[in-house]
Amino acid sequence: MEVLDIIKPENQVFCKTKLMTDTSLSYCPGCGHGTAHNLTMEVIDELGIAENTIGVAPVGCSVLAYDFMNIDMTQAAHGRAPALATAISRLWPEKYVFTYQGDGDLAAIGTAETIHACNRGENIVIIFVNNGIYGMTGGQMAPTTLSGMKTSTSPYGRDVEKMGAPIRMTELISNLPGVYYATRQSVHTHKHARKAKKAIQKAFENTRLNKGLSFVEIVSNCNSGWKMTPNDANHWMEENMFPYFPLGDIKVDGKLKSVAQ
Amino acid sequence: MADLKLMKGNEALAEAAIRAGVDAYFGYPITPQSEVIEYLMSQQPEKRTGMVVLQAESEVAAINMVYGAASTGKKVMTSSSSPGISLKLEGISYLAGAELPAVIVNVVRGGPGLGTIQPSQADYFQSVKGGGHGDYKLYVLAPASVQEMSDFVADAFDIAFKYRAPVLILSDGLIGQMMEKVVLKDEKPRLSNEEIIKQYGSWAVTGKKDRERNIITSLDLQAEKMEARVHRLLKKYGQMEKEDLRYEEVHCEDAEYLFVAYGSSARIALKAVELAREKGIKAGLLRPITLFPFPKKQLFKLADQVKGMLSVELNAGQMVEDVRLAVEHKVPVEHFGRTGGIIHTPEEVLEALEQKIMNHGSIRHHKTRESGILQN
Repeated sequence: MEVLDIIKPENQVFCKTKLMTDTSLSYCPGCGHGTAHNLTMEVIDELGIAENTIGVAPVGCSVLAYDFMNIDMTQAAHGRAPALATAISRLWPEKYVFTYQGDGDLAAIGTAETIHACNRGENIVIIFVNNGIYGMTGGQMAPTTLSGMKTSTSPYGRDVEKMGAPIRMTELISNLPGVYYATRQSVHTHKHARKAKKAIQKAFENTRLNKGLSFVEIVSNCNSGWKMTPNDANHWMEENMFPYFPLGDIKVDGKLKSVAQ
Repeated sequence: MADLKLMKGNEALAEAAIRAGVDAYFGYPITPQSEVIEYLMSQQPEKRTGMVVLQAESEVAAINMVYGAASTGKKVMTSSSSPGISLKLEGISYLAGAELPAVIVNVVRGGPGLGTIQPSQADYFQSVKGGGHGDYKLYVLAPASVQEMSDFVADAFDIAFKYRAPVLILSDGLIGQMMEKVVLKDEKPRLSNEEIIKQYGSWAVTGKKDRERNIITSLDLQAEKMEARVHRLLKKYGQMEKEDLRYEEVHCEDAEYLFVAYGSSARIALKAVELAREKGIKAGLLRPITLFPFPKKQLFKLADQVKGMLSVELNAGQMVEDVRLAVEHKVPVEHFGRTGGIIHTPEEVLEALEQKIMNHGSIRHHKTRESGILQN
């Protein structure tokens, strides 16, 4: 049997979603962005909403998300994605609107836009990839950088006395009435990725039901910024990031599941 | 039947927006233009025409909401006053870079800094020289009456969509706050989503249906692509200069002295022309209606006829630089203007013409001097 016979469509049990383009990802090998992109696009594909979805790309490593996501997308100024999404959703209420943002974009420069979009309960999905560092600009401190963590702008480790403690954004926004769903996930193992996909799916279903804002944080790695191999980075993430950023649902169907820390 | 009303400039602009079929307004209150959003809210435009009006958390958020809405082919505008426009400049640069149509209104107050809430024209440089980062220009309309505050809304959107570029209406606290009679245009229906998809589907992000995906971005990491983008913008600006320059000449036919003034200063300069003519001084007025494109050729031509020009501005001398560039030192060009929110009188303006131009200005190829600030 030839290879081409084996990969006939009827024999395939899995194929790449058509909503991911064939453009090579610009992410470092081992980075979680590729998986997070793929899961988002799979959900949109499976829900059959691609024709009615508008995505907003951020500034940061995923600035080029529109090169990989095969749907209509607009690229925002740094931190402003929730403002764009607000306007698009208000003017096209029947559309699915999502932002895809990193920690610098969402939790530093765009804090105001994030909090106010959440507070207004905009009927949008925010996908927040938190790897505790500025990857694109070369490994500087992020608002979510862990205490003591070394980055190029905290070379002796983050001193929380001087630099503040890392922000738990998902807990923060979950206290706002406009937020309908807030969850923290990871995509570093198959098991985690499957759970993350379910969370993203729930988020887009909330949009369909006009429930308000859904916020999906994905705690991720940055092996190049953390200066580790991909494997070590994932272990380090489990040991250090997850205790401070615990995985799981924080708010479901408008109700807080656990008290914010 | 003409719909004649007595209105504030800011209110006339807001009413014109509803009537022009604008889809959305995003703003943040700031004196002296808060009446725009107040009036819009009072009119419940969501009920009248389906127009979305939202008070944003900041000027920064508002301009980025404009960017989001404009990405989808909707007619969208924002307004603010000087400090707020400074905050919007990042977003304005992005709008220009991403080639998005939108209308921004600046009801200028005095600066720098928090400055004053009184009228000013000190944002001329910011408006016509870029303001935000990068190689871009704004098409700038300068209303001089409440009527123009109303009329220029639809005009601005025509230009914004003709070029897929942001357009600025540069007003000031005087035009925004004063009441005047205004004839309002008839209400135009908003475009339906289907019409928007049909008209702007080649570029707008409305959902990828029966076509390849659309992307709105101002980013080109490849230098050659970025240069091509800049050239595309430059081509638009060249076309604006050819096709959409607007200016008004008053008593220029036999003028020996010329006032150059826009917006509220043009109204004062017009009175100064009358006072001059009563005294037997043949004065005229060139009023740029668009500040970019700027009536360079008209000024260059008038420089062959007049003995000197006075640029009258409510600022420390900004447009005067463009007037000088336009006339290429053929005649003396001086500036006169008050700042800090003080509005010059027609008598002051005429006196400035007499002292700064008429007493010095008969020599051709005259060396330009630094214009004094706040003199006389």
